[in-house]
Amino acid sequence: MNAEWPLWEIFIRSQHGLAHKHVGSLHAPDAGMAIRNARDVYTRRNEGVSIWAVRSADVHASSPGQKEPLFEPANDKVYRHPTFFPMPDDVKHI
Amino acid sequence: MYAQLVDTGVRKVQDAAEMTEDERAFQARIDADIKVEPKDWMPDAYRRTLVRQIQQHAHSEIVGMLPEGNWITRAPTLKRKAILMAKVQDEGGHGLYLYAAAETLGVTRDQLIEDLHAGKVKYSSIFNYPTLTWADIGTIGWLVDGAAIMNQIPLCRCSYGPYARAMIRICKEESFHQRQGFDILITLCKGTPEQKAMAQDALSRWWWPSLMMFGPPDAESVHSAQSARWKIKLLSNDELRQRFVDQTVPQADFLGLNVPDPDLKWNEASGHYDFGAIDWSEFHAVLKGNGPCNKERLRARVDAWDDGRWVREAAVAYAQKHAARTQARAA
Repeated sequence: MNAEWPLWEIFIRSQHGLAHKHVGSLHAPDAGMAIRNARDVYTRRNEGVSIWAVRSADVHASSPGQKEPLFEPANDKVYRHPTFFPMPDDVKHI
Repeated sequence: MYAQLVDTGVRKVQDAAEMTEDERAFQARIDADIKVEPKDWMPDAYRRTLVRQIQQHAHSEIVGMLPEGNWITRAPTLKRKAILMAKVQDEGGHGLYLYAAAETLGVTRDQLIEDLHAGKVKYSSIFNYPTLTWADIGTIGWLVDGAAIMNQIPLCRCSYGPYARAMIRICKEESFHQRQGFDILITLCKGTPEQKAMAQDALSRWWWPSLMMFGPPDAESVHSAQSARWKIKLLSNDELRQRFVDQTVPQADFLGLNVPDPDLKWNEASGHYDFGAIDWSEFHAVLKGNGPCNKERLRARVDAWDDGRWVREAAVAYAQKHAARTQARAA
């Protein structure tokens, strides 16, 4: 029997109000054990108040080769940033 | 270091004209300090070298639990016992972070562990020495973890993203290890003459093996040159060793302990300590498997792996049974 446990990606919310953040991965036979293992591996020093475990096989990622077609379109749209619009010094609160 | 004598598989460092277009683009990204991520293209030699380096490092963390675990049942107080357990647990965690980083390169953790057990890859020479007294636990924290920090802080800036991120996490925890060791030694050195003698004995035994941790002088090594080019080795073995000596000797002075090196002296001109010649034959003998504890350490790892097999398999069977039941209910 192939006993290698599947890989899980672990996300931790460090404080209430913040988003879960990816912290690393680990092996576990099922979701319950993944969360218990994550408690021991990634929160030994009060790093978190909440844990998500996601099977690594279920994560779909953009490919590095697609970087330009995916992200290039944002480059020439600088008007999306507020600093694109110079405001007169006399105008306040804007 | 925790990864010593890492073979890069190259015979000479290539110059730009000898590289393929992909290799040149890869090197340019590294030169520009852009991190390499798992799905990026990378030369096979870079990938293989990183797998070797990271797995040696991971195995060292795991095997490194053994000499210290030896003293958990005999720690002198409940407080020291709890601290030592936390420290040993951290080492286990560090091994896991590193195995996970290696796995992003397309290997599985079980393969890496089997390579260790088959003697195909090494772990750090330092963990083949015995822990004879409680003072050894203090000395390991102070010297061995101190040397590890020295090596690992630069690696937080290494070119491979998952490895660099694992190192950042490890470095944050490592400082506790070094301080708890020094704290044990302060207590012993302020204690009875017998306790102070115990601390001195431990320093006398661990000093040279600690200096050997950094590996032989690497100025001539093609592997070191290639690893430096790839930014997976940021400082030379000798640079790191010198920093370690410069930092550690004043700490030994503070404890009132003697560093066992008659040639050790402050060099006003260079601004560094000069120190005596290292016996590299001992280092190579330990790496070849002839250190005091090599067989015992590997035996302990193999036994733990074999004895735990039924637990791993039972956990998988349980998970499969539950998945099947959930599926049957949904149908």
